[in-house]
Amino acid sequence: MNILKSAIGAIAIATATFAALPAAAQDPGPEAYKNALEGKRIVMVPMAMGFDLAQGWAGYLSIEIPNFGGVFETRDPNWSVEAGAQAIAEAITSDPKPDVLIVMAPDMNSYSKLMRRAQKAGIFVFLIDNPANFKADAFFGGDWTEMGRIEAKEAVRACGEGSSKQIGLVQGDQTNATSLFQYNGIVEEMAKHDGFEIVAEPFSNWDATTSRTVTTTMLQQHPDICAIIDFWDGDAVGAAAAIREAGLSGKVHLIANGGGEKSANCDAIKNGTYGAVVSTSVERESLRYAGNDEVSASKQRQAG
Amino acid sequence: MNFNSFNQERIVLVATVLVVLFAAIALPGFLNISNVISIVRSISVLGILALGMAIVIIGRGIDLSMVAIMAMSVAWYLQLLHAGTDETAAMLLVLAAVIFIGAVNGFLVAYADVPPIFVTLATGLFVFGFIRSQVIPSDAVTVPAGHWLETVGALRFAGIPVDVFVFLALAFATFIFLRFTKWGRYVYYAGDNPAAARNIGIPVRPMLVLRYVLSALLSFIAGMLTAASLLSIQTRVINSNLLYDVILVTVIGGIGLSGGKGGVRNVLIGAALIGILLNVMTIANISLLYQNLIKSTILLAAIILDGWLNPRDEQTAQQGDI
Repeated sequence: MNILKSAIGAIAIATATFAALPAAAQDPGPEAYKNALEGKRIVMVPMAMGFDLAQGWAGYLSIEIPNFGGVFETRDPNWSVEAGAQAIAEAITSDPKPDVLIVMAPDMNSYSKLMRRAQKAGIFVFLIDNPANFKADAFFGGDWTEMGRIEAKEAVRACGEGSSKQIGLVQGDQTNATSLFQYNGIVEEMAKHDGFEIVAEPFSNWDATTSRTVTTTMLQQHPDICAIIDFWDGDAVGAAAAIREAGLSGKVHLIANGGGEKSANCDAIKNGTYGAVVSTSVERESLRYAGNDEVSASKQRQAG
Repeated sequence: MNFNSFNQERIVLVATVLVVLFAAIALPGFLNISNVISIVRSISVLGILALGMAIVIIGRGIDLSMVAIMAMSVAWYLQLLHAGTDETAAMLLVLAAVIFIGAVNGFLVAYADVPPIFVTLATGLFVFGFIRSQVIPSDAVTVPAGHWLETVGALRFAGIPVDVFVFLALAFATFIFLRFTKWGRYVYYAGDNPAAARNIGIPVRPMLVLRYVLSALLSFIAGMLTAASLLSIQTRVINSNLLYDVILVTVIGGIGLSGGKGGVRNVLIGAALIGILLNVMTIANISLLYQNLIKSTILLAAIILDGWLNPRDEQTAQQGDI
């Protein structure tokens, strides 16, 4: 039983190293945190509020930062790159300026110039979750290439030796680092497994309806596909619907990637909608982050 | 040159046939019956939205709030169910709200004389902002387990998903409305020359309100079908290309943006071309950036062609018309 196997699956931990903050990195004691955070203003600009990753970060930071005397604010660009850019620009020119700007970049390049401006203005700029073409003061988040490798390994395991060895991808878009790096990781891992090939790799643009439509088409063109990797659980409900409608539930193993939205994902694994969810652990990332500790991202196959 | 033999509808029809011929030869499995079904299915929701847009555009307007109404009304409905509201009460409440927003759109355009492009842009943003900030806690709302939408989503007749039948039924109803009812014919008169329509005694303003209410109701139905097949509604759809695709389908099919022209047949042809094109591009593994480039080029070509074939009438054109 696939579900059971996934549930027993070992926890894979990949560690990535990140730059530690200069201030207060030596002493993890509360006194040091207080000295570092007292009276500081920290502004977070995620891609949007109201989805698991952003709520996770905001949830922990909004507890930890005020506890040590800092001020924590969020801006909600609501998936609009322009609104996000405006929020960053506004933060740079505001008085008093924030001491730290936490940015979840929607793609590799959009915010690069703005973030450089922020740094020049003396603001520490941290990137979370999504890497970008920009030398941030620190990056906190998953190693997306490794996520891709883990997903590919899970796909290979779920298909098995006697299968068609055909794997389909539902990518996000072509500008977001999480999508690009995951893809590289998957391709890299697949090359190690003889006979396994990626037969189709359409894009969902992170939209569930598009994910459903492209998956339906993919399954019709390649009816022997044994596993599909959807790059985000936010749109994988679409891929899941396509598999269900094609009558291939249980035959096609759907692997999704998520930011720790446990309730929905675990239900989906239990009822067989998803085969496995590879997830970044936002709790651990953000807790360590708030403590100015050296951060290591951990990935675990979350099995409900 | 005879312009009657050279209208946009025919050009698009020929283009569609060419794409189909190309795909049938170059892409194995394209003419597969299940692939044809999935093409029709993939354009059902788009087509329903395009029907609403068509009614509004023929009457010389535009409704940019459709996608917001579609996502947020259904999100609110599902949220009410999660909160334990009675099924009928939730449905009536949301329906009333949908009709209200449509009426506000129509009222502001008809009686306050605000250009529709600004009114509907604003109400769309308002609907999204209000529901998202005040009513629903996260950006996706799931369908409660065991709800009738699950049954609807799984419903098939002769292997064809129910979305397709709903789309065809609504297309037929819209056709009857526009072609055979008095108020439907008036839509064309009002769109072609609002001042003249008013002078001959047509109730131009109340009818304008009716059109926006109809497009809001069609948006709600499109949203319910989306929720039925995905078992959740994602409010992120507001930031997607859906609204542009709706306009694309409407304009490409040959419904002139200056109003008074076109009908349901144009929507069907436009939807068919877009559905087939998207399907072909997916099968051929064309990347998203190129898909958008191809779609936008087609839209641009269609708008230029529309401007050429249906020039603005200087006598009836008004400030704020599209």
